[in-house]
Amino acid sequence: MNVDMNKPCSAPRTEKEFNLADESATVTFGNKLANIVKNELNHGIVVYLNGDLGTGKTTLTRGFVQGLGHKGNVKSPTYTLVEPYDLGEWQVYHFDLYRLADPEELEYMGIRDYFGAQSNCFIEWPEKGAGLLANADVTINIEYQGEQRKLTISSHTTIGHKLLLGLTE
Amino acid sequence: MRILGIETSCDETGIAIYDEKEGILAHRLYSQIAVHADYGGVVPELASRDHVRKTIPLIKEVLADAKLTAKDLDGVAYTAGPGLVGALLVGCSIGRSLAYGWNLPAVPVHHMEGHLLAPMLEDDVPDFPFVALLVSGGHTMLVRVDGIGQYELLGESVDDAAGEAFDKTAKLLGLDYPGGPALAKMAETGKKGRFKFPRPMTDRPGLDFSFSGLKTFAANTIHKEEMDKQTHADVAYAFQEAVVDTLAIKCKRALLQCELKRLVIAGGVSANTELRAKLEQITAKLGGKVYYPRPEFCTDNGAMIAYAGMQRLKAGVFADLSFKATPRWPLDTLAAI
Repeated sequence: MNVDMNKPCSAPRTEKEFNLADESATVTFGNKLANIVKNELNHGIVVYLNGDLGTGKTTLTRGFVQGLGHKGNVKSPTYTLVEPYDLGEWQVYHFDLYRLADPEELEYMGIRDYFGAQSNCFIEWPEKGAGLLANADVTINIEYQGEQRKLTISSHTTIGHKLLLGLTE
Repeated sequence: MRILGIETSCDETGIAIYDEKEGILAHRLYSQIAVHADYGGVVPELASRDHVRKTIPLIKEVLADAKLTAKDLDGVAYTAGPGLVGALLVGCSIGRSLAYGWNLPAVPVHHMEGHLLAPMLEDDVPDFPFVALLVSGGHTMLVRVDGIGQYELLGESVDDAAGEAFDKTAKLLGLDYPGGPALAKMAETGKKGRFKFPRPMTDRPGLDFSFSGLKTFAANTIHKEEMDKQTHADVAYAFQEAVVDTLAIKCKRALLQCELKRLVIAGGVSANTELRAKLEQITAKLGGKVYYPRPEFCTDNGAMIAYAGMQRLKAGVFADLSFKATPRWPLDTLAAI
């Protein structure tokens, strides 16, 4: 994983759309991402998660963390900014930057230490950390569609591209 | 014996002096809400810097309020966790250093133990054992309390804390941070029965909570409806009703499971009037009673830290010359005294 955070990416950009019928579909989607990371990529991913309050960003992350073998709860990181999960071979860091005033705050948190080949970073409200976050392998946008959700995932790196190839309906 | 209490775990700087015989002699609180309001939440680094600015002046003020000097103190207690690490470090380093300089014992305190014991600052004190509901922006948990340091976690939120769900739903309703109390105010003009929100995890056994789904339910409702002023109030009403009912159902279940009749509520959300009324009702039906601290001791404060520190000081439990801030610190790992 490249920690040079300002390097532009030249990998092919692809995009896929999924319809998530309910909460359990969101969890299943997170699960699928975990399976691809484990079985196909064998490399951690950086995911930027966009979506309004209540669209299921934390729910998707829960599916991912549990897909990598976490047995306990996945709590909202809103008040702690980051919730770490040490799952043996893999680490997952679940960020919620909603309450971050200035991206520079991330330096005080030691943000650079969180990115690495075996670590997976799921970042909610990434625009609040602009300039100090590692580049995303994929960006996920979740939108309201009545009570359902429309999820759009786009890739920005080779790893992200491979991840998308592994994702089927 | 008298002890100074220092609380800096999040966005309030709280300082107090507690006297074993006379109770709280003085307490002061500086809230950073205004500092953070522009950002819609607490900002860790700003919080730490603000604690640095406020802690020492507040200590001087409480000493002056109580007409005491450092020579009249027998110990210094400070919140050592859980909380934001930068914010905690301010209180820990100031507390430990003052104790060293004044040649007094230093007592690290668990923030949630402080909340649990806050009702002990009132005239009507619950006897052990009791069930405690700790409910705030960062925590929602049910604890069985058999004595100081004897805590059994009965259940907790698996996702969002109740206070967080309040603040986020308030935001969805267009209210400013921290929106919990404003949402409660808005709910006062809401109509009962127009919206029916779920009561998460009440249909299955166990004492865990989940509040993330209620926030989503509110979001879905807001997206579906024409949101005029009355509808805002009706959504606020239905949301608050669901949170209060859910907390009440689990409290009742915990009391029955533990075969206890005394319920303590603490933490910021315990100041909610509807919640207090509902819990009064369910405990009365069980022939029991609910205990809570005065509103200013429901949220973070120095008094509860001074009180909890005094209990450990009396038992001879102090820190060595080092200090450590522990951002994640499960309550049930504390030693009994």
